[in-house]
Amino acid sequence: MIALYFVLTALVAISAFAVGRARSQRLKVAGVRLHSLPSYHGLFLAAICTVPMLLAVAAWTPLAPRYVEARAVAALPEALQPATGLEHDARMREIVMAAEGRAQAPSPEVAEAGRAYVAAQTTSKTVLLVAGILAALAAFSWGLPRISADFRARNRFEALTLWLLIACSAVAVLTTIGILFSVMFETLRFFQRYPWWDFLFGLQWSPQTAIRSDQIGASGSFGAVPLFVGTSLIMVIAMLVAGPVGLFAAIYMSEYATPRFRSLAKPLLEVLAGIPTVVFGFFAALTVAPFIRRTGEALGLSVASESALAAGLVMGVMIIPFVSSLSDDVITAVPQSLRDGSYAMGSTKAETIKRVILPAALPGIVSAFMLAVSRAVGETMIVVMAAGLAGNLTFNPLEAVTTVTVQIKTLLTGDQEFDSAKTLSAFALGFVLFFFTLTLNVIALRIVRKYREQYD
Amino acid sequence: MTDDRETSHNQGPTTVNRMADLNMPLTSAAGLFTANAPKVTARDVTVHYGDKQALFGVSIDIPEKSVTAFIGPSGCGKSTFLRCINRMNDTIPICRVAGEILIDGADIYDRRLDPVLLRARVGMVFQKPNPFPKTIYENVAYGPRIHGTTASRQELDGVVETSLRKAGLWDEVKDRLDQPGTGLSGGQQQRLCIARAIAVGPEVILMDEPCSALDPIATARIEELIFELAANFTIVIVTHSMQQAARVSQQTAFFHLGHLVEYGATEQIFTAPSDKRTQDYITGRFG
Repeated sequence: MIALYFVLTALVAISAFAVGRARSQRLKVAGVRLHSLPSYHGLFLAAICTVPMLLAVAAWTPLAPRYVEARAVAALPEALQPATGLEHDARMREIVMAAEGRAQAPSPEVAEAGRAYVAAQTTSKTVLLVAGILAALAAFSWGLPRISADFRARNRFEALTLWLLIACSAVAVLTTIGILFSVMFETLRFFQRYPWWDFLFGLQWSPQTAIRSDQIGASGSFGAVPLFVGTSLIMVIAMLVAGPVGLFAAIYMSEYATPRFRSLAKPLLEVLAGIPTVVFGFFAALTVAPFIRRTGEALGLSVASESALAAGLVMGVMIIPFVSSLSDDVITAVPQSLRDGSYAMGSTKAETIKRVILPAALPGIVSAFMLAVSRAVGETMIVVMAAGLAGNLTFNPLEAVTTVTVQIKTLLTGDQEFDSAKTLSAFALGFVLFFFTLTLNVIALRIVRKYREQYD
Repeated sequence: MTDDRETSHNQGPTTVNRMADLNMPLTSAAGLFTANAPKVTARDVTVHYGDKQALFGVSIDIPEKSVTAFIGPSGCGKSTFLRCINRMNDTIPICRVAGEILIDGADIYDRRLDPVLLRARVGMVFQKPNPFPKTIYENVAYGPRIHGTTASRQELDGVVETSLRKAGLWDEVKDRLDQPGTGLSGGQQQRLCIARAIAVGPEVILMDEPCSALDPIATARIEELIFELAANFTIVIVTHSMQQAARVSQQTAFFHLGHLVEYGATEQIFTAPSDKRTQDYITGRFG
C-alpha cells in the first residue's frame, strides 16, 4: 500500500511534468514568447503536485500507528484495558500477533481487537491515499491555469530547489544535534546513578555491577581517568608517527617528486586508508605487539603482550594517509606565483617550503591533523585487539591500557539491560568523546584563524 | 634577407665583446647607439621547452644602470629570455637553455655557480603582484632574512624602510607594517613586490609585464618608479605596451617568433626601425 503510494507519487510527478510542458509548448507554438522554457513549466507543476503528497505521507507516518493502536485498544472490553505502559505493550503484542495470524488469540476479545486493528490499518492507508490524491489534484488545478507567457516558472522552480538544498543541509545538522541530545539524556540518567565528579575524576575503572544482590566483588566503579589517559597515550603515540611521516611525505610528493611518481604513490598511500581497521587490528596484535615485546625483552624491559605502543604505532600508520593526502592537496593548492616570488629572491627550495608554502598551507595542514586526531580518538578495532581491556592508570607505553572506545564496545556488546549504571556509563563515555572532539575542532579553528596567512 | 640581418646582428655584439675585453669604451649592439657599459651579455641563447624551440640564438648587450625594454607579440620569447637572466627557467623541468649569458663578465650558467646566489643579484618582479601572505614588514624582510644580510633588528628595520621608500610605498604603509601585504591594492602590492626585490640588494631587476594587471594611475606610479630606480639598478622590463617601452626605456629590443629581430636605442627603434617586422609591429599592423 505504501509502496503503491510512492509509485503513485512518481506517476503524478511524471504526468504533471508532461502536462505542464505540453501546455506551455502549445503557447509557444501559438507564437507567444514565454518567460520560461516549457520544461521549467513542467518541472514547476510536477514539483507543486508531489510536494503536498510527500508532506501528507510525512505527516501520516508518525500519526497512523497511534490511531491504529488507539482503535485496537478501544475495541477491548473494560476488563482487558491496559493500566500501565508495560501492560499496554504486552496487550498490543497479543493483538498484533492475532491480527497477523501468527499466534492463537488468548481470548475472543483479543481476536476481536485484532480485527479492529486490521480494519483501522486499512482505514488509515485509505485516508492517506485519498488525501494524497486530493492534495495533488488541488495543487494541479491551482498550478495548471497559471501556465502563461508571463508566468515565471523558472524562478519559482529554482526557489523550490533552494528549499530542497536547505532541507538536505538541515538533515546533516539535525542528525548531529539529535545524536548529541540522545547521548546527553542517557548520560544524565547515568549521572543520576553515579556522581559525575567520580566519573570524570575517579581513578578506578571496574564497571562490573552486581546483577543479583547476592553477588560479590562487583560493586562497580566508574572512574574514567584511566580511560582518558589510555586514549590520550595512544593518540599521542599515533600522532607522533602520523604527524611527521604524513607531513614529510606530503612535502616530498607535492614539492619534490616527479608528477609520474606522485600519480603512482598518492593512490597507493590512499589505499592505506581503505584497509579495514580490523585488519590493522590483527596486524597490531599478532605481528607488532610480539615484535615489540621481544625487542623490549632483549633490551631488558618488561613489555606487556598488549601494549599502548603497539596499538599506537599501528594506528599511527593507519592515519598517515589522512595527514599526507590532505596536506598534499593543500600544499599543491598554494599558487605557483608565491613559489616563483620566493625563488626569484634567491631562496632555496627548502627555504621556500619552510617560509612561504607551509605558512600559506597551515590552515589546511592543521585541519588535516585534526581529522587524524579525531580518527585516532574514535578508532576502536585496533585498540580492542592490541591495547587491552584492563583500566590501568599508566603513562608507560609498554603497558596494557584501555581506551574510551574499547570500553564503550565492551559495555554494550552482549545482552544488556539498559537501566543499569554499567550500560549507561557507555553513553557518558560517548558524550565525553563527542565533547572532546568538538573542543578539539573549536581549538583548531581558533589556531587556524589566528595564524592563517591568507592568499587568493 | 632576414637571415642576413640576423647574421650581421649576431656579429655586432661579438665585436663589442672583444672590445670589452680590451677595456675599450663601448658602443652598443650593432654599434647603433651609445650607452653605459654592458651589465648583462648574452651570446647565442637558445631555449627549448621539451621539443618546442622557444628562442633562436639571441645575442644582446644590456647596459648598466638603464632601462631596457623587451617588446614583441605574445609568444615571441621575450619573457622566456627574461627568465633566462636569473635562471628562473631552471624551475621548469622541461626547459633547456643553451648559449652563454654573462653578468659582469661571469657566466651565469657555469656549473659552479649557485642559481640561488645569482637570484639574489638579479631580482624579479612578476606580471601579477605576488606578495607573500605575510605582513608588509615580513614581505620586505624576507630577502634580508634568508640571506642573513642584516645583523640586528634595527638594521633590518632600516633595510625595510629604505626599500619601501625606494619603492615609493613608505608613506602609504608606514603605520600598518604589521598588516598583511595581500590587503593592499593591486598597485601597492606591485610596489611592495618591488620593495621586496630591492631589499635583497640586487644589481639587476627583471620585470615581467609589471603593469599589466594594474589600472592606469597605478601604472603611471610604477613607471615613475622604474625611471627613478634606473639610477641605481640595471632594469630589464618586458612589456606589451609600446607606449610604456617608449616612456620608460633607453634601449628597446624587439622579439618576434623566438628571434631577437632588432635592438637599439628606444628612440631609434620607434622612429627609424631598420627591420620591416619591427616597423609593422610598432605601427600596429600585427601583434
